[in-house]
Amino acid sequence: MATSTDRPPEEFTLRVRRYNPESGSAPYWDEHTVELEPHRSVLEAILQARDRFDGSIGIRCSCRQAICGSCGVRVNGEPALACHTHLDAAKTSSSDGVIVVEPMGNMPVIKDLIVDMDAVHWKKIERVTPWLIAKEPVPEREYLVSHDAMVDVTQTMACIQCGACVSDCLSMEVDPGFIGPAALAKAYRFVGDPRDAAQFDRLNDLAQDPDGIFDCTHCFKCVEACPKDVNPMGQIMRLRRIATADHHIVDRNNGERHEAAFTTLVRDYGLNFEAELLSRSYGGNSWFGKFKPAAAKELLSSVPVIVRGLLTGKFNPKLALLGHKISKRDLDGVRAIYDKVEGRPERLELNLYVTGSDEDQTPSHANGAARADARAADASGVEPAQAASAASVADADPDASAHQDSGVEAGDGALADEEARAPAGEEETSG
Amino acid sequence: MKVAYWPGCVSRGFTPELHGSMAKVAPLLDIDLVELDRACCTGAGVIAEHNQELADTLNARTFALAQQVEGAELMMNICSTCQGAQSECQERLDASAEYRTQINETLAGEGLSYERGLTNKNFLWLLVEEIGLDELRARVKRPLTNLRVGPFYGCYIVRPRRRLGIDSEHRRDEYLHMVIEALGGTVIEYAGMRKCCGFPIITMNKSASLKQAARHLGDAADAEADCLVTPCPLCHLNLDLQQPLAEREAGRRLAMPVLHLPQLVGLALGVEPKELGFSRHIVRPTSVIDWSTAVVGAAA
Repeated sequence: MATSTDRPPEEFTLRVRRYNPESGSAPYWDEHTVELEPHRSVLEAILQARDRFDGSIGIRCSCRQAICGSCGVRVNGEPALACHTHLDAAKTSSSDGVIVVEPMGNMPVIKDLIVDMDAVHWKKIERVTPWLIAKEPVPEREYLVSHDAMVDVTQTMACIQCGACVSDCLSMEVDPGFIGPAALAKAYRFVGDPRDAAQFDRLNDLAQDPDGIFDCTHCFKCVEACPKDVNPMGQIMRLRRIATADHHIVDRNNGERHEAAFTTLVRDYGLNFEAELLSRSYGGNSWFGKFKPAAAKELLSSVPVIVRGLLTGKFNPKLALLGHKISKRDLDGVRAIYDKVEGRPERLELNLYVTGSDEDQTPSHANGAARADARAADASGVEPAQAASAASVADADPDASAHQDSGVEAGDGALADEEARAPAGEEETSG
Repeated sequence: MKVAYWPGCVSRGFTPELHGSMAKVAPLLDIDLVELDRACCTGAGVIAEHNQELADTLNARTFALAQQVEGAELMMNICSTCQGAQSECQERLDASAEYRTQINETLAGEGLSYERGLTNKNFLWLLVEEIGLDELRARVKRPLTNLRVGPFYGCYIVRPRRRLGIDSEHRRDEYLHMVIEALGGTVIEYAGMRKCCGFPIITMNKSASLKQAARHLGDAADAEADCLVTPCPLCHLNLDLQQPLAEREAGRRLAMPVLHLPQLVGLALGVEPKELGFSRHIVRPTSVIDWSTAVVGAAA
């Protein structure tokens, strides 16, 4: 959001969630009103509140330029870098004019807005062997790789390890063991690197692990949370694609079978055939899959649902047994598409993060939101809102991961005071 | 208005009451549905996971068929997952002329071609943006007075915001709230209304999947909702069809009816519950049927 820098200071009220697990007391909310220019950040407001009203507010921060990834918090319920969120935007998105600041989710709170990244985030990053396993023989000088091959992994290299995606991951919310979006995006950084010698081993490991690539619930939360457009979910889908399509890894979590069955059934029927998809996901991608023990066991466990479905008429027995199809002529058209696309020597993938858009996005703006504006404009004479632009690489910083984790944790005022006064760019970073 | 109508697979498979109720509601809103019966499954993100170009081409074929429907103002779907999967493909198709040309070469065998800029809206978006809340309000015959409805958006119709055209001026992530209110109902908010129902991992991690469903259903029950309403039939499968198993996972009785969006709209427009396929739900919407009986009784 563009924010003017020439507006005078205004009052902004913060509602900060306070909690010190060592105190034995329950969490509580504190409110502080600060005075700052509207383009200033939520982080600056927190630091001013700490300077002026309560030196015990705990917040971790360092670069104040959305590079170090230290100041991840929740602003009005949404994950954000406190230093990268303008106060006027935060006030606008609040429900009652008060900016609510909370610690990130899915990680234990150390104090107030500081969460334990080591206990969750870094442990999961370590889990994916986040370093290059060099191909042999190691060249005497540097590896030579094509530009295109490295461009492919730049999106994951833009990650600043802030933990915003981990904070919002809905799989992790119910299954804390899930390796999670940040670590799996990091895994793609090496799986996609042509210098790495362990692509199969990495993918086999992540596919077989019940907490691995097939535990992602495809909710787009991490895509939305990421301040750097890393698209962790998209990287997880790429890991799945290479694991299944290139290495034919058949995992014990039904991931490969589900994908293969879905793709095959749409080729054979044109439409999804739910009953067959379920049994093939467990028993294997063929008509006989349903007779395999794993499929039979699953069908048995679903008996209460199946019986109720039949009794209510939800399941049409004929449909459940035979599925539904589009016409033969159309099915031929669909199969011709499969033959042509799957017959290509190499998969064609368009990553808009890398390529950007070569079209003016205005006419097709996101499924007709602009169309609604145009209709309203016709009536009122107002110009339609400008279209959103396609994915941009402007925020990408391929080297950003080298700067992560400032390690600055302020909790009791004194340390934080130094931080608050130090100009951006002169603060200590490590890592 | 005439629309190229994509019902999806599940609305004609395991949630037939969705397709049926849409057919009942459309004439009451002057929507002329021209069904895209030649089109194939969107792939629901799974085919894109297997091969992105394959998913893009299959959906481009559907878009091309929609563009051939004479007099149709736009394409409409009744499945959030279809909306999300199609929007993702359309974003790529519309971003690159070169890519689109290549995709269209594959479609040429059937004499089809996708021209950039199709408008594809879920029924929810169409209700608010094309029909309008005032017009919807004017057509209500049986206001949902005192019916406590929890909106369940799911994921595919609210994220990612940029791709779906959601911003502070286009609050598509609040449209269910607006529609419930326009129909005269009471919106019940709860923690999980924009979270994942768990369906995508039901075959991969059933326990986690059911935990997600159970948590949202439980939150809605704790907030004393009479029912939930969703624009997504896959969410419906996990929240309604799997609810008996979710109850086991949660260790508590949930008994939370889950309506499809056209069913809720139909109820307010005066369609009888039995015509909206309520009997086909696993969790019988007794609270909703009792409510409608009470309303009819009071009116008499």
